[in-house]
Amino acid sequence: MFNLLQYPFIQNAFLAGSVVAVAAGLLGYFLVVRGLTFAGHALSNIGFAGAAGAVLAGVHPVYGLLAFTIGASLAISLLGKEIRQRDIAIGVVMTFSLGMGILFLSLYHGYAEQAYSILFGTILGISRVDVLASAVFSLALIAILAVLARPLLFSSFDPEVAEARGVPVRLIGSAFLILTALAISMAVQVVGVLLIFALLVGPAATAIRVTARPGRAIALAVGLGLSYTWLGILLAANSTWPVSFFISMLSFGVYLPVRLLSSQGRRRAQTVIEPTWHPKEDETALIELEEGKDKDLHA
Amino acid sequence: MNALIQNGPLITLEHVNVNLGRVPVLNDVSLTIDAGEFIVIMGPNGAGKTTLLRLLLGLVRPSSGSIQVLGDPPRRGNPAIGYAPQHRNIEADLPLRARDLVGFGLDGHRWGIGRPDPNRRARIDQALAEVDALDLAEAPVGQLSGGEQQRLLIAQALLTNPKLLLLDEPLANLDLAHQQEVVALIARICQAHCVTALLVSHDINPLLQVTDRVLFMAHGRSAIGAPGEVITSQTLTQLYGSPVEVIQALGRFFVVGAEL
Repeated sequence: MFNLLQYPFIQNAFLAGSVVAVAAGLLGYFLVVRGLTFAGHALSNIGFAGAAGAVLAGVHPVYGLLAFTIGASLAISLLGKEIRQRDIAIGVVMTFSLGMGILFLSLYHGYAEQAYSILFGTILGISRVDVLASAVFSLALIAILAVLARPLLFSSFDPEVAEARGVPVRLIGSAFLILTALAISMAVQVVGVLLIFALLVGPAATAIRVTARPGRAIALAVGLGLSYTWLGILLAANSTWPVSFFISMLSFGVYLPVRLLSSQGRRRAQTVIEPTWHPKEDETALIELEEGKDKDLHA
Repeated sequence: MNALIQNGPLITLEHVNVNLGRVPVLNDVSLTIDAGEFIVIMGPNGAGKTTLLRLLLGLVRPSSGSIQVLGDPPRRGNPAIGYAPQHRNIEADLPLRARDLVGFGLDGHRWGIGRPDPNRRARIDQALAEVDALDLAEAPVGQLSGGEQQRLLIAQALLTNPKLLLLDEPLANLDLAHQQEVVALIARICQAHCVTALLVSHDINPLLQVTDRVLFMAHGRSAIGAPGEVITSQTLTQLYGSPVEVIQALGRFFVVGAEL
């Protein structure tokens, strides 16, 4: 099985997959804790329209991806904080751009393979140049994210206090969405727009179920993303099934049991711990009240 | 004893007007607050209580009038001000420990990922101990009770050693026993550290023991003074512009005919 690593296309797949998995795991954590997973999903679907448009215009799909996802992330960051209203607006724009994407594809009289690769990724067909480009992209992204790390975390969990402490909350929010747009444009090559959740959201969603410590959760998300990608490539190389199927299957296959186990564990933890976590004053106050009532009645 | 007392008031507002959009929220508010005072801000929803706190934090600009906080105009990110905003219901699944939430108060606003620092841990532990929450340090925030979460928010606000503490409805959604617990805690901290406190509350009764003055805001008008001076039928009727009856009984205030 490991003889496979001799082949350049497998090497490239491993390298590109790793680079993307790391960036996606890091960003995915913040996407999940900021409640922006739907926005992330929408960005990738909007990216599809961009990629299809680029194919139609005869340029590399990544340009269309970048243009559409960055434009959309700027628009989303202007939509404000109210999650419900925001998600409705995002949904409407997303379906509109999916419609555009399908139009571009039908206007393009080339191979259907192009559409297929945008939707589901072409990790086994990545060139060394693409790998290098992804690596540079990814490093830049990680560097920016490292600079933003603490204020981004602060404003994700506690935007009001962060703002009062002088954190430019809105600016950081916009910067984060643009980073997400970049990561999505890059990740599309590996898993395609439809399965991007497998690397962006799946690992982070699993990680936050396992640990409440931000540092550990981020590290775990990256680790999970890497292992899904590596395993996915190995499994696919030994079968006729596509890589992105294996990656998304692993992502789901790990999330499901973790989710089920952790919610059970949490329910149990709550019922056991609750009585001891409430201060005793509660009970005594209640008892005093009741005694008081009794006395009143007797008097 | 405190240099600030000699230098005059800690907070001064002179003829301050604030509009949010086109709606006037604060209308010609003038007041001074001295160092070490414990002020309770009361009034109906929309009276501008939170806006006043945001004004002191430099998050809202007045349309006219002048403000001095700790001797300077308000500015965002002033470490001498600790702020705990109105408490939201934290999701039970929130992947954050009490220690992490409190730690934001120390260095959450700094750029970069930060280096591991034993001193940092000690300071967070100290803040947690101050609010009797050291045993909760490793617990996920979402699984703590409302009172426990409130104590963490206070610990977070304390981490910069503020001179002024702004607490927006710290007693909301707490039962009586937890209200008393949080009030005693805030009073103890304010005394121990010579901290001036502005606390928004819908109910004065749990706070009567510790309150120096009440700032009552309603319909663009405001009144400040000792609880017994401000929470009267006459003053509240003036503020609300409609008949309000205040009944004092059992050492408590009961307000009839007005939404608080």
